[in-house]
Amino acid sequence: MNATIELLSIAAIAAGAFFFLAGTVGLLRFPDTLTRLHALTKADNLGLGLIVLGLMPRFDSAFAAAKLVVVWFLVMLASAVVSQLVARAARRGDLPR
Amino acid sequence: MDATTLFGLCAAVLVGLGLYGLVVNPQPLRKLIAFNIIGNGIFMICAVIARRGAAAGFGGDPVPQALLITAIVVAFAASALAVATLLRLHEETGSTSIAPEAPADAGRGSGGH
Amino acid sequence: MIDVLNLILVAMVLGLAIWAIAARDAFAATVGFLVYGLLLALVWVSLRAIDVALTEVAIGAGLTGALLIGAASRLRKVQASGDERPAVLTRVLGGLLAAAVTVALAACVLWLPDPPPTLGAVVAANMGATGVGNPITGVLMAFRALDTLLEATVLLFAVIGVWSLSPDRFWGGRAGPAHRSDPDGILAWLGRVLPPIGIVIAIYILWVGADEPGGKFQGATILAAMWTLVIMAGLADVPPASRRVLRLGLVLGPAVFIALGFVGVALAGAFLAWPAGLEKALIVVVEIALMPSLAVTLGLLLAGTLQRPSR
Repeated sequence: MNATIELLSIAAIAAGAFFFLAGTVGLLRFPDTLTRLHALTKADNLGLGLIVLGLMPRFDSAFAAAKLVVVWFLVMLASAVVSQLVARAARRGDLPR
Repeated sequence: MDATTLFGLCAAVLVGLGLYGLVVNPQPLRKLIAFNIIGNGIFMICAVIARRGAAAGFGGDPVPQALLITAIVVAFAASALAVATLLRLHEETGSTSIAPEAPADAGRGSGGH
Repeated sequence: MIDVLNLILVAMVLGLAIWAIAARDAFAATVGFLVYGLLLALVWVSLRAIDVALTEVAIGAGLTGALLIGAASRLRKVQASGDERPAVLTRVLGGLLAAAVTVALAACVLWLPDPPPTLGAVVAANMGATGVGNPITGVLMAFRALDTLLEATVLLFAVIGVWSLSPDRFWGGRAGPAHRSDPDGILAWLGRVLPPIGIVIAIYILWVGADEPGGKFQGATILAAMWTLVIMAGLADVPPASRRVLRLGLVLGPAVFIALGFVGVALAGAFLAWPAGLEKALIVVVEIALMPSLAVTLGLLLAGTLQRPSR
């Protein structure tokens, strides 16, 4: 792996970690369910995407890197569906508190 | 301090924490969580022993590691049985606690072996 | 660097364990326990036990988490008396007992024998005879196959135990509450889209388990999760406990395992001894038979007691 790719990889992972941090701060600080979801879904999806992007050049085989993309896709799918469900429950007032 | 000692001590604390929760908390669901934490501590000691036994190119002794997989699956089966029991207890008695009546009372909350 | 990461990991694991024990609200404690389970998987990775980490994520955190969250949310609606606190004496004595056990265990950990005993070299020397490349699979399916057979049997007994807790009037009925959801909603959509992907991944995990981390337990958990998703989305119902296909599915894996064990008696001179030349083939047959049985078993354990008549 040459130095440029190494640098880009580190930059992407660091940016991803920053988005995770931002999302978590939002989760803890925002006042209600919908804004917390907003912080979580936007920041976490972008953060995970960047981390996957940064990790991909570190694998020897393209197959292993492709598996990482599948993981990213599945997490996106799951978090999209779960935030829909949570948001709907929040709108109907099903959530406690 | 190397990693195996660190995780070994962590495991000892986990067993202690779980034991405290198991003895002190009167709610069966909380007892179950505490029991699982005791189990995790024991599993962690087992994994530490496996890691110390790294040999022949393996990252850890594969025999205790394989037994750990068995243990995790069996722990789930036991938890499922326990959850079914406590939900039935709740259905029959309407209570989420196994403490004697009058929760504010200074009675002994321990029990349940 | 690694040590710093391990220290942070240990601090987080212990912090979440304290939260799971001490939080006042049972639901909050359960959520803490779920996150704790996921972090525990990182501990197994740090201890170079990748197969154990996969199992922990799938079963320890995933299935157990789903089980406990389900129980906590059902109990939450009625939990008016959740604030009871045990007597001071109980707490002091419990704390002393826990501290004593912790100190004793810590002493055992600090004085573990050196050099450490290991079976690694024996396993490595005999791996060639099993035909598989993953030492964990070799131990589970060849050297300690009896343990794995008993484990599959224990799961079966757990299902019988859970069913036996059901009220008499529902015997032979369906497990768990009825699930309904909007047929055009997002959950129903996921219930249609995800299972094909999940089934492919489960088969991949089973197959790759011969040579790399993975195997039937992890694959079966994914299958059980897909099944549970379909049930929760209201697309299918749990089959009634009296259904013969369901019962056959439950016993298929252990039955094949026992039958092939007796093949070992005939051809190799011992129960569960794989005859030379057929080791890998027989191991693969047992794993393929076990995975769907384990998936049904785990799914039924998650569903719980029988709560509805079959009609």
